[in-house]
Amino acid sequence: MFQLIWDGLFVGSFYALVALGYSMVYGIIKLLNFAHGDLYMLGSFIAFVVIGGFTGLMGIGSIPILLLVLLISMLATGGIGVLIERVAYRPLRNSPRLSALITAVGVSFTIEYAVRQIFGAEPKVFPLQLSGQPMQVLGARITMPQLILMAVAAVLMVLLQRYVMHSREGRAMRAIALDQNASLLMGVNVNKVISRTFFIGSALAGAAGVMAAAYYGTIDFLMGFVIGLKAFTAAVIGGIGNLYGAMVGGIVLGLLESFGTSWFGGEWRDVFAFGFLILFLVFKPTGLLGERVVERV
Amino acid sequence: MAKSTFNLPAPAPTITRPPAVSGLLAPTRFMRLVALVLFIAAAVLPFISASPYLISILTSAMIYIVLAMGLNVVVGYAGLLDLGFIAFMAVGAYTSGILTTQFGWSMFESIPVVVLACIAAGLIIGGPTLRLRSDYLAIVTLGFGEIIRITAKNLQITGGATGIHGIPTWSFFGWSFKDGLELGGITFNSKILLYYFVLFVGIGLAVVAVSRLGKGKLGRAWKSVRDDEDVSEAMGINGYKTKLMAYIIGAIWGGFAGTLMAAHLSAISPNSFEFLYSALVLMAVVLGGMGSTPGVIIGALFVSLAPEFLRDFSEWRYLLFGVLLVVVMIFRPKGIWPATAVLPFLKKRNIEEVPPTEAVTVVGELDDEFGDELDGKRNANEEGTR
Repeated sequence: MFQLIWDGLFVGSFYALVALGYSMVYGIIKLLNFAHGDLYMLGSFIAFVVIGGFTGLMGIGSIPILLLVLLISMLATGGIGVLIERVAYRPLRNSPRLSALITAVGVSFTIEYAVRQIFGAEPKVFPLQLSGQPMQVLGARITMPQLILMAVAAVLMVLLQRYVMHSREGRAMRAIALDQNASLLMGVNVNKVISRTFFIGSALAGAAGVMAAAYYGTIDFLMGFVIGLKAFTAAVIGGIGNLYGAMVGGIVLGLLESFGTSWFGGEWRDVFAFGFLILFLVFKPTGLLGERVVERV
Repeated sequence: MAKSTFNLPAPAPTITRPPAVSGLLAPTRFMRLVALVLFIAAAVLPFISASPYLISILTSAMIYIVLAMGLNVVVGYAGLLDLGFIAFMAVGAYTSGILTTQFGWSMFESIPVVVLACIAAGLIIGGPTLRLRSDYLAIVTLGFGEIIRITAKNLQITGGATGIHGIPTWSFFGWSFKDGLELGGITFNSKILLYYFVLFVGIGLAVVAVSRLGKGKLGRAWKSVRDDEDVSEAMGINGYKTKLMAYIIGAIWGGFAGTLMAAHLSAISPNSFEFLYSALVLMAVVLGGMGSTPGVIIGALFVSLAPEFLRDFSEWRYLLFGVLLVVVMIFRPKGIWPATAVLPFLKKRNIEEVPPTEAVTVVGELDDEFGDELDGKRNANEEGTR
């Protein structure tokens, strides 16, 4: 029982990190960024390359190296996120929603198959493996790496919350989410703030990618697809566009999956999660914490 | 007929429409002629070269056209992004596959069940989500595609990860394509018969029916909802029902393409229904031109035949398709052959610039003073137009 709850919390914290970026971008420009899951994948591949260049330093111990690699990949994926927004999404900001959605699918495809052309289709073994002795806490097996990864995820989420809720830039983001044109008139540099949002969201996805790669040990070019869908599910469960909602949704989805796996078997895990997505959209489309979204004409 | 309270005369037309263009170079007539020529060429082709490879890739390409025309209803006409369209193909293929291999039905008999299964699947997914914002539908269909694929992989009856083998080819009332057909001294084998079947029934049904649907009342309602749902609701169109119809009709087409594919390949497995293939069908529709019949056909032929003719390119094609999707959306959002495109050498009907009309509102009785003024204005207007 506690084992299930713990597993759920652990997986859920990854989902929450990815869902945060999804939710932030959606909240601000109302675009479903299908490429978000692929930024998660890119994060792990960038870390893979960076560690490859660092092999001499492996003696220092894996945790500091992991944190350094994490930082580098976050910067890189953040930069790529900004680039994607600039090249693919900004020209379409005022066109019909269908065009923007199709473009997002195109971007996702481009990233996936560019990575496949560079690294090949076979899964790669991630060179940095975290291992540790499991501890018994209330009957659940908890390992040190799990604790560290959860702590990193928690720190990132707290930082983000401080940034969005208590800083000048964060206020600009929230203003744009409410009304883009009015913020423009109030002197907010809309393009800059949207770029910054993409940077933060993509960096969080990249961080989650590195952490998942270090924990699970293998990476491949399609690993972002399912996690992108799961992150969207988490964002919907929590209430899309809502910062706390994404965190809560991630944890809830992690717990649901963990229990679903033990009841129905692992092969039905994804069906269970997506089934929940549909159920939520039918009965509570605003999510647990979302407010009613009024579509403006 | 109820007697109306106000007997206002219908306003006189302000411009006279120029007569329709006649002759061979009239756009619709010309396009029909081209379609007929292509159709005949496709029908004659097996007499020229009946190599199994050519027949096989052309049959696949035509099934792709059926599939893309189905998605065209959903994406092109109704403007709903469906990222799990291949799931309907899976529903069709698995339904007919199970019925033919395990229950001994013929392909033909399985069609009603396939249609019902697709309608049910369309209702289950479209019913709840079409009430929501359109982008939710995109992601739910993506999830639905995965659900169908994983379910097919995990169930016993669908053959698990290996799928279903030995699906019989098409047959009617005990006569199967496998028996071949001898007509005027020429023997048609089962592959060629299936080719003709796909050409006449599949393409005929898909292309003609979908393009006609798009022009009819329902089709105009779809396009209206696509362009502005709120305005169409104000005009008395039920947006939800209209979208659901598009979704279900698309689903039936997808399922039909699935049964054709099952008969063509004689084996299906969950791997044939990955997200990749949904994205490829979407690319066919988007690159060709959403809502444009010639565009979608060109797109489907390009997506399905390009890797066959350009072997070296097949490694890179997915990357190229992804980039193309972004580039087309930014620089040519209506695709290579937009729905309103007319070839430059065809005659166009010249419609003069309509002068802006003055607002004329006469409802009920007005003050004498004001009414006189308005009457005067109306008379002046009428004189001006005659």
